[in-house]
Amino acid sequence: MAVSIRIPTQLRTLSGGAAEVSVEGSTVGEALAALETAHPGFAERLYDEAGVLRRFVNVFLAEDDIRFLSGVDSPVTDGQTISIVPAVAGG
Amino acid sequence: MTYVQSLRCRECERTYDIAPIYTCEWCFGPLEVAYDYEAIAANISRESIAAGPETIWRYAPLLPVDPPGASTLPVGFTPLLRADRLAAELGLGELWIKDDTRNPTNAFKDRVVAVALAKALEFGMKTLACASTGNLANAVAAHAARAGLHSVVFIPADLEAAKIVTTAVYGGTVVAIDGNYDDVNRLCVELASERPWAFANVNMRPFYAEGSKTLAFETAEQLGWETPDHVVVPVGSGSLLTKIRKGFDELHKVGLLDAPPAVRVSGAQATGCSPVASAFNEGSDTITPVRPSTIAKSIAIGNPADGYYTLDAVRETGGGCAAVTDDEIVEGMRLLARTEGIFGETAAGVTIASLKKLTQEGVVRPDERVVAYVTGHGLKTLDSVAPHAGVSVTIKPTLEAFHEAFPGEDE
Repeated sequence: MAVSIRIPTQLRTLSGGAAEVSVEGSTVGEALAALETAHPGFAERLYDEAGVLRRFVNVFLAEDDIRFLSGVDSPVTDGQTISIVPAVAGG
Repeated sequence: MTYVQSLRCRECERTYDIAPIYTCEWCFGPLEVAYDYEAIAANISRESIAAGPETIWRYAPLLPVDPPGASTLPVGFTPLLRADRLAAELGLGELWIKDDTRNPTNAFKDRVVAVALAKALEFGMKTLACASTGNLANAVAAHAARAGLHSVVFIPADLEAAKIVTTAVYGGTVVAIDGNYDDVNRLCVELASERPWAFANVNMRPFYAEGSKTLAFETAEQLGWETPDHVVVPVGSGSLLTKIRKGFDELHKVGLLDAPPAVRVSGAQATGCSPVASAFNEGSDTITPVRPSTIAKSIAIGNPADGYYTLDAVRETGGGCAAVTDDEIVEGMRLLARTEGIFGETAAGVTIASLKKLTQEGVVRPDERVVAYVTGHGLKTLDSVAPHAGVSVTIKPTLEAFHEAFPGEDE
């Protein structure tokens, strides 16, 4: 599946300034792994030492927070957008 | 002058220069303002505060921005009212209500927006924006209007009608989003990277949030520079609760208290949106986001930014966290109004109903000096209580009709 990943400002130094990166993958986790392959450095920023998404990183598949789906195992369909969004806002 | 040193990540402690940024580039943790407390201690006293204005700016050395010029709305120094009748009803001893309905736009959000606005002006930004459940929208629109800035507020489309009117009347742009608050918030985070706007609770958040500390500062000053034993605070994002706790700690750090504060901090949520209370009561370290469904819309945040720190604050201070139903919320609003003459919004109903529940559970005790924070006015959420608050009777304008309706009532 070809999906596009939206990169927040804070991480665009890793994507050469790109706000959106296209990758292949059948789950959110695979897509994020492909992002790491294409632009090394993302994984250590998104995941903690235990390999779990950092608690202040929110990941959305289309409209939905992946925690309402199956987390990084959530299946993706062709053409969907994954967004990485800082969690610390609002209130 | 301010005593700000830098912005510091609360998670990994990396530091950043002062700028309209809010997350750590490394770990996405929240950035917080770091102060030189020794310098503040040397430049603040109970006397200097007493000589200051009757607004939040009397505590300026403990805030991250200099007081703005005169053309701003006066914010803070709201009444702290002894609540003996409510205390008697709940079986408590010394109970106080911090009545923050008495701010320019009738909610505590005026405090945080006053600070965000001052900082936005300092940064030379021209538009004040926010993601809001209503109270923040009111404050952003009003404060921007008075300062001559443009405002753009983003709200969930299903917000109370009163909160839309009390925002739009100030003439800014009001964007209703087809989604809940968490959807609004996400959009604003994405917009904040594209627009040069001061989003109060996004890129201005490290400064904005500091405004909530003034609720603790005022409480202590109004208690004669003593601290409460226990505070009960409504929890949406959790920022207010964590900053109230921080406020008491800072007062001691800069030498304004005689003894280190030992304030137990308890949180109040609605059952229809209780991610923090659920984690607390399950003994869990993980906050699982929820999709909110409650009449307490001002605190209906399913993915609370400061949820983890709220949980820490409650646990570290030996407080509790209650969740109350919509019926209990309305009853809480009526109880506060009936016993103390204070009309708070649904979030106040959450606070009072939670105070009642925590008292029944023995978490809040009769031997404690307790302060409950009422953070928004009831006129903003009139619909929730309207079915329970109508005329007693409708009669013809004659004495006979009155006597018939009220036989034998003399007093």
